[in-house]
Amino acid sequence: MEMMSGAAMVVRTLKDIGVKHVFGYPGGAVLDIYDALYAQEDVEHILVRHEQAAAHMADGYARSTGKTGTVLVTSGPGATNTLTGIATAFMDSIPMVVLSGQVPSKHIGEDAFQETDMVGCSRPIVKHSFLVKRAVDIPEAIAKAYYIANTGRPGPVVVDLPKDIVNVLEEHPYQFPDDVTMRSYNPTLKGHSRQIKKAVKTLLEAKRPIIYVGGGAITSEASELVTEIAEKLNAPVTSTLMGLGAFSSVHEQFVGMLGMHGRLEANKAMHNADCILALGARFDDRVTNNVDKFCPYASIIHVDIDPASISKIIGAHVPVVGSVDEVAKQLLKEMGKIDAKAQTAKLADWWEQVNQWRSRKCLDYKKDKNLIKPQEVIESLYKHTNGDAYISSDVGQHQMFAALYYPFAKPRRWINSGGLGTMGFGLPAAMGVQMAHPEAVSAVVTGDGSIQMNIQELATCMQYNLPIKIISLNNRALGMVRQWQDMNYKGRHSSSYMDAMPDFVKLAEAYGHIGIKVTKPEELDAAMAKCFAAKDRLVFMDIEIDQNEHVYPMQIKFGAMDDMRLSKTERT
Amino acid sequence: MRRIISVLMENAPGSLSRIVGVFSQRGYNVDSLCVAPTDDKSLSRLTIVTHGDDKVIEQITKQVNKLIDVLKVTDLSDGHHVERELMLVKVATRSDLVRAEVKRNVDIFRAQIVDVDANNYTIQVTGTSDKLDAFAHTMSQSTEIIEASRTGVCGLARGEKALRP
Repeated sequence: MEMMSGAAMVVRTLKDIGVKHVFGYPGGAVLDIYDALYAQEDVEHILVRHEQAAAHMADGYARSTGKTGTVLVTSGPGATNTLTGIATAFMDSIPMVVLSGQVPSKHIGEDAFQETDMVGCSRPIVKHSFLVKRAVDIPEAIAKAYYIANTGRPGPVVVDLPKDIVNVLEEHPYQFPDDVTMRSYNPTLKGHSRQIKKAVKTLLEAKRPIIYVGGGAITSEASELVTEIAEKLNAPVTSTLMGLGAFSSVHEQFVGMLGMHGRLEANKAMHNADCILALGARFDDRVTNNVDKFCPYASIIHVDIDPASISKIIGAHVPVVGSVDEVAKQLLKEMGKIDAKAQTAKLADWWEQVNQWRSRKCLDYKKDKNLIKPQEVIESLYKHTNGDAYISSDVGQHQMFAALYYPFAKPRRWINSGGLGTMGFGLPAAMGVQMAHPEAVSAVVTGDGSIQMNIQELATCMQYNLPIKIISLNNRALGMVRQWQDMNYKGRHSSSYMDAMPDFVKLAEAYGHIGIKVTKPEELDAAMAKCFAAKDRLVFMDIEIDQNEHVYPMQIKFGAMDDMRLSKTERT
Repeated sequence: MRRIISVLMENAPGSLSRIVGVFSQRGYNVDSLCVAPTDDKSLSRLTIVTHGDDKVIEQITKQVNKLIDVLKVTDLSDGHHVERELMLVKVATRSDLVRAEVKRNVDIFRAQIVDVDANNYTIQVTGTSDKLDAFAHTMSQSTEIIEASRTGVCGLARGEKALRP
């Protein structure tokens, strides 16, 4: 057996798993591991400027590829700085492994320098965690961490490594584990055949069906299968914020995103449906609105790999535990051949109704001669990227505008913090995307609030030549907070102004990048063209937009799904 | 409604804290908790008494089952089962009269006096939680309870049902 130090084992295990990129930041407890990284070229380390960004980068990398993202940080503050990133990944079921340094075993519990109980701190926001106690256990712990992170319902896994076990001066036999399966962990992938039969019967009897697609369809790479089901049934398809792109947003059966800022036709169709096929979606509160008024006419078929997600919020009539891809295959097989003409005829009235809701054109907005509307920025972004970019987003109004006005035709192109709603996620996520796809266009839609939460990463972008395109919708305010204050707090803008805004152009230039300021609607297109023409440079577009624009449609609190405001003055 | 959840999990460091974590982070109630390794030392068995409506109990079993270290979860109160709890209780016995009264009740409840001191008895009593409550109540009527310690409920399903890996 090969002999090596614990530190070398960490790096070797990563290599044997097939890890190419590690996002991290060194420190005392992981100096040995960094020394082992220095000695090889198989695993590339990307040095961030703040550990939170390392986690978001690994996250963006994972979302855009389906591969597990890897983070390496030191003990104490290094580890705790990743917690927001871990929680973000946890809420959105993103595969991630966080290797954190720990003080030497004999000092654990002594309140040693840079000691925190990382396993304890992260416990509520990880899928699982390991505190490795012996060097020889390193390969198995890390291999298991990757296995757990990216099977079943994916999620982040923490591996805490005390400094003494990674000591470069002590050698131990290295063996990569042959088998990482565990008797206590066997995710169910295939749906129960009786439930499949029931589901298909319900679907075929439905006169007003709708397919509600969530992030699980992306995780399980089920886009084509979902499309096949949708086309076979001729049913309208809606998507959660997390599911965008799983079913093409330019498909004629797509009725748009649903939920709090969903399209009118999506929420109306959900509310009036007699059958909902939920594929890898979890009936989040940003979707359902008031659960007591949720979809009163529908039989709900809920497909989810996590049994705990089923009937957690909304009771399912036909629960199906399994991964979306496997269950979709089973559903298609059970459906067999469907008479397309008869199915179309059966749903004709339903489609007439849906198209009537569509004709309200709820996304229409009024342009202004002097002020740039956020919606037109996203439309321009779509135009200049041919709808084919990886779009990462921060959190706030700009996130909703991007989700509503940039139709995603492919999965894994829309990278956003849906569950946790983490401001500061966008830039590092876009960097992770760019690392994974060096040739692709990686843009981030952000705002003047969000971008300042991880703006230090502009330096990382320079160091690694990441030509991210930053589309910052600058409204000199925390837009979504301000919108809620306008709507619910009589316009009292408590702490939602940004009074000391930096000059973002100069800031970008200070970091060595290109900055472009846009203030007038007529300049927008040319500026956007200039931005995307600079292929190998990071461009920061500081776009001054109308401060008073709100995101619509918007569900009305305590109402049903389809109780919505359509503009400042109109409601359903 | 009172429920008894039985959990079979890996006897690994941190397993217990994960289970307790699920209860605290999701706002479930823990009325009692009893945990120890099983005949197979690699496994621990944990019995949690909790209360909640059917929806809450369903979520508890699912969320606990989701933990990587957990092999099996069952709701014992779903079917016929045996449940036992042990209590040690120290009571003041400062007069012959009290000593006699305590001894009589110990016999009635089929409890055992396991330690005797000049001024107190330590009594061991096993049974259902109700029985233990009743015993404590009876004791408090005839003398002063100095301290008491209960194990929490542990239980098994009746018949052929078993929680095995």
